[in-house]
Amino acid sequence: MTDQDVPTAEETQVDEPALIHGAPSSLSRGQLVVHVDRDGYLELVTALRDDGYAFCSDLTAIDYLLATDRPLPTGVTPERFEVVVSLLHMEEAKRVRVRAQVPEREPTLPTLFELFPGTEAMEREVYDLFGIVFDGHPDLTRILMPDEWEGHPLRKDYPIGRIPVQFKDAPGPR
Amino acid sequence: MTDLTKETTEGAQEIKPRAETSDVERALEEGAVLRGISHEDVDVEISDDETMIINMGPQHPSTHGVLRLMLELDGETVLRCKPVIGYLHTGMEKQAEDLTFLQGSTNVTRMDYASPLNNELVFSMAVEALLEIEIPERAQWIRMLMSELQRMASHLLFLATNGMDLGAISMMIYGFRDRENVLAFFEKVTGLRMNHNYIRPGGVAADLPDGWRDDVLKLCDYLPPRLDEYDELLTGQPIWRERTQGIGVITTEQALALSATGPILRSTGYPWDLRRTMPYLHYDELEFDVVVGSYGDTFDRYAIRLNEVRESIRIVHQIVDKMPAGDYRVQDKKVTPPPRARIDESMEALIHHFKIFTEGFKVPEGEVYVAIESPRGELGCYLASDGSARPYRMHIRAPSFVNLQTLPHLMRGGLVADAVAIISSVDPIMGEVDR
Repeated sequence: MTDQDVPTAEETQVDEPALIHGAPSSLSRGQLVVHVDRDGYLELVTALRDDGYAFCSDLTAIDYLLATDRPLPTGVTPERFEVVVSLLHMEEAKRVRVRAQVPEREPTLPTLFELFPGTEAMEREVYDLFGIVFDGHPDLTRILMPDEWEGHPLRKDYPIGRIPVQFKDAPGPR
Repeated sequence: MTDLTKETTEGAQEIKPRAETSDVERALEEGAVLRGISHEDVDVEISDDETMIINMGPQHPSTHGVLRLMLELDGETVLRCKPVIGYLHTGMEKQAEDLTFLQGSTNVTRMDYASPLNNELVFSMAVEALLEIEIPERAQWIRMLMSELQRMASHLLFLATNGMDLGAISMMIYGFRDRENVLAFFEKVTGLRMNHNYIRPGGVAADLPDGWRDDVLKLCDYLPPRLDEYDELLTGQPIWRERTQGIGVITTEQALALSATGPILRSTGYPWDLRRTMPYLHYDELEFDVVVGSYGDTFDRYAIRLNEVRESIRIVHQIVDKMPAGDYRVQDKKVTPPPRARIDESMEALIHHFKIFTEGFKVPEGEVYVAIESPRGELGCYLASDGSARPYRMHIRAPSFVNLQTLPHLMRGGLVADAVAIISSVDPIMGEVDR
């Protein structure tokens, strides 16, 4: 990617967002963010990796159930879940963040495992805590919670507070 | 063996016998993705009855907390290894959504309990990035001073436990003894040995106490002769070299593919240190060397951490010289409570103080990702706010969590006895892995 592709602060003020590999981008507190839907996700991340963003430093998700009116660039349809991937360009020491919209009805996304093997544990964590399924992941099991756990704790409709502790063969709540 | 998988609740997370393992999964375990070969080429000739799947941990003294490893052994050789984690999971990211931004640092400080100040630092920097406030010079230098001392304490703890795992018991005593000196200084500054809640959004909780300069310089004079002692005790010792050299080797390509950072990545000779490559605070004004290894083995990871203590001492000397005068927290009434003296005489100050600590301050809508170099690698914080006084989502990119993925690749083909050395050299902190 050349320097011209990176929008400056003034450019994001205009309504039409700058496109990076066909995906709208924005600046969040000076950090470059690219927005994409599920269909373009794998293609965009592959293109970014070929641009030199060859290190995946973080992959996480966020549940926008309670904040549906968040600001997004035009052309991006807000969905309930977002998977957030932080990529790092090590030669030029810069980061880009990919925010992929994942619908509530069918929360699936292609895995990045083939591109970045290091996302294996991170995707398992997102699956465990958000219930987002990564198609093609070699070992998509729960990683932090026990296997029989019901629900996905980091979803916004999962309550904090008293819940019966689920352990196998343990006596149930009174 | 089959009974074991039925009785525990982590059945699906455990390593499976070869016959039940899918081709893709087997290829993953054999490192096919990293070597760029297809899973058909992976050697899976050994039949099940010659190998044994055993469980190491979660209550094994050398697994550094509650790490559980499923190992498939052929005699004494480790064929496959799978870390099973989650025993310390306490839902800290969920809890963070229920705490105000001011309370948040008490939460994150308990994640990586061997270097709590780094966790507070990255969280505070993320909040400040969302607020778009610039904190005073002195606060930034205090933060640097504290995080470098924290790096020394954390690496001394590593040297202690690494020594213990390899049978150098005296090293454990020495390491803990020297770390206690650093913690004593922390206690003087923050009031606590660990889990300080000292670095907060807007600056630090209190100014450095009188005489801090002497204490720090005394510490910097005390440590170098001790480090030379460790060199004599371990570095040059044939048994130590025999146990660590050529054990648990990883290449730069593998480390990068697995998103490994910190001493694991640097041990392969790749000079990636966020303090140097993407400077934050005032690290670009300091002179220090990024310590790298060349073979990517256990010995290199040990030597890197030992020498990073020396580099930190060098950095601390410069910080002591350059420490500016001024405020230790930002003078922004929105974020900072009024000084204690004002509360006694002014009703408004009392109300203001009360409001900040009960309601907290509101942070404008947005999301950021901030990363710093913790002793274990890239420590990141992804923070999203919806405009209220509590984070909408707080995610910590824990270096130990990501670095643990290198374990199967480091262990493959090694001996069980070396497994202990390798776990130790990855230096995972389970509080941070499980959060």
